[in-house]
Amino acid sequence: MKRMVNRILPRFVAVFAVMGVLVFSGCSPAEENHVAVEISISAAASMTDALQEINALYMQENSWVTLSVNFASSGTLQKQIENGAPVDVFISAAPAQMNALEEGGFLVDSSRRNLLNNKIVLIVPSDSTLGLDSFMDLLDSGVVRIALGDPEFVPAGTYGKKALEILGIYDQLLPKLILGSDVRQVLGYVEGANVEAGIVYSTDAAITDGVVIVAEAPAEVNTLIVYPAAIIKGCQDIEAAQAYIDFLFGQEAAAIFAEYGFSLAEG
Amino acid sequence: MDSYLLPLWISCKTVLVTTAITFILGIAVARWMARYSGKYKGMIDGIFILPLVLPPTVVGFGLLMLFGKNGPLGEFLSLFDMTVVFSWPATVIAAVIMTFPLMYMSARAGFEQVDVNIENAARTLGASEWRVFWTITMPAARPAIMAATVLAFARALGEFGATLMLAGNIPGKTTTIPVAIYFNIQAGHTDKAMVLVFIVLAISFVSLAALTYWKLKIPAKP
Repeated sequence: MKRMVNRILPRFVAVFAVMGVLVFSGCSPAEENHVAVEISISAAASMTDALQEINALYMQENSWVTLSVNFASSGTLQKQIENGAPVDVFISAAPAQMNALEEGGFLVDSSRRNLLNNKIVLIVPSDSTLGLDSFMDLLDSGVVRIALGDPEFVPAGTYGKKALEILGIYDQLLPKLILGSDVRQVLGYVEGANVEAGIVYSTDAAITDGVVIVAEAPAEVNTLIVYPAAIIKGCQDIEAAQAYIDFLFGQEAAAIFAEYGFSLAEG
Repeated sequence: MDSYLLPLWISCKTVLVTTAITFILGIAVARWMARYSGKYKGMIDGIFILPLVLPPTVVGFGLLMLFGKNGPLGEFLSLFDMTVVFSWPATVIAAVIMTFPLMYMSARAGFEQVDVNIENAARTLGASEWRVFWTITMPAARPAIMAATVLAFARALGEFGATLMLAGNIPGKTTTIPVAIYFNIQAGHTDKAMVLVFIVLAISFVSLAALTYWKLKIPAKP
């Protein structure tokens, strides 16, 4: 009898333990019915701070979702998507890049919506003594270097170039331009005071005390600026991506965008 | 055509001036360090080789801090109304800093290989240090010096990270071929980028071929 207990009892306990684990792992409390989801977002550099805050909030409220964001100039992001980068949601700082993707068949049908508006402004280092107060002052001999996003692939640069062309001074200023690979680099150039002026979005200028806005671009340029958002084909979980986009268009996100100086396109 | 000629012109200017400066500086410092046996030899050596092991962007950032508006050298130069940052000389400075370790290391190895006894023999015969250097040390180290020069030349041609940080992308002024390739790719002009890539390949190929030819034709003289 004693031998039986010593040899068989431990095995009974082990079998029951294993069965117990199997039975209990099948049950889960109601909230854990969500499958873990990962959403990959490519967003324009100008949205960095605002979107990081919004994403943190979204992940807090939806704990099963992991958001990973890639910030760069919209042109760079567009190229990455065209070359097969696994992106679920794309938010561009200009319609041009989204149009290119739409024509290339990269967007999920009817997922495109206009999210934000923005304004192009002229900024100078906060300790600048040149007294610039308009775009025309860029012609002064005291202005040696002007930072601008590369108009070929940085939306802020494209709009900036357009503003200068509307004012008829782009060709004269061409020798003074130093081109950046995204709008935040341009901001950095002005903050570092190694250039006398730069052209960025008003929302970029707002995040640092190192620069001062001295002028706004002509209205014809600023009314063109719209940030479209869309789901990219190949997205594994379109429902989850749509839920995230709906959040971006919701009240909580709107409040955060407003905090950073963005205006809502559909608001 | 402009998008090829301008970067080519700027790269040519930068690379030639850089190689000349690095050649002189590298050899001078290498000669000094080869015969130096002071206490801090290892530490000094480490400082000279540092740009080789650091990421070019980090070196560029350091140079930007140094020469920038609020940096020590920047403030000093602004007394003479000179700005380095975002100017053509910045491309040379960045390239010299990045190519110096290569020139220095190879030249120093070459000098250390030279038999000190032959140099001393010349000294006992009354030759000045200058004469010893030019008639004995340099000829003996020729293969190493030539290899070092071509390395420095090639490195200068391909220098990107530090250059972009310190000199920026100013078409017609500081946009070297590597910077032009990068921005062309970003803008989706892969065709333009490819042409520039072929130009760099051609120049590199020719210089390596020249080096091999020299090495075969002109052996080292003891």
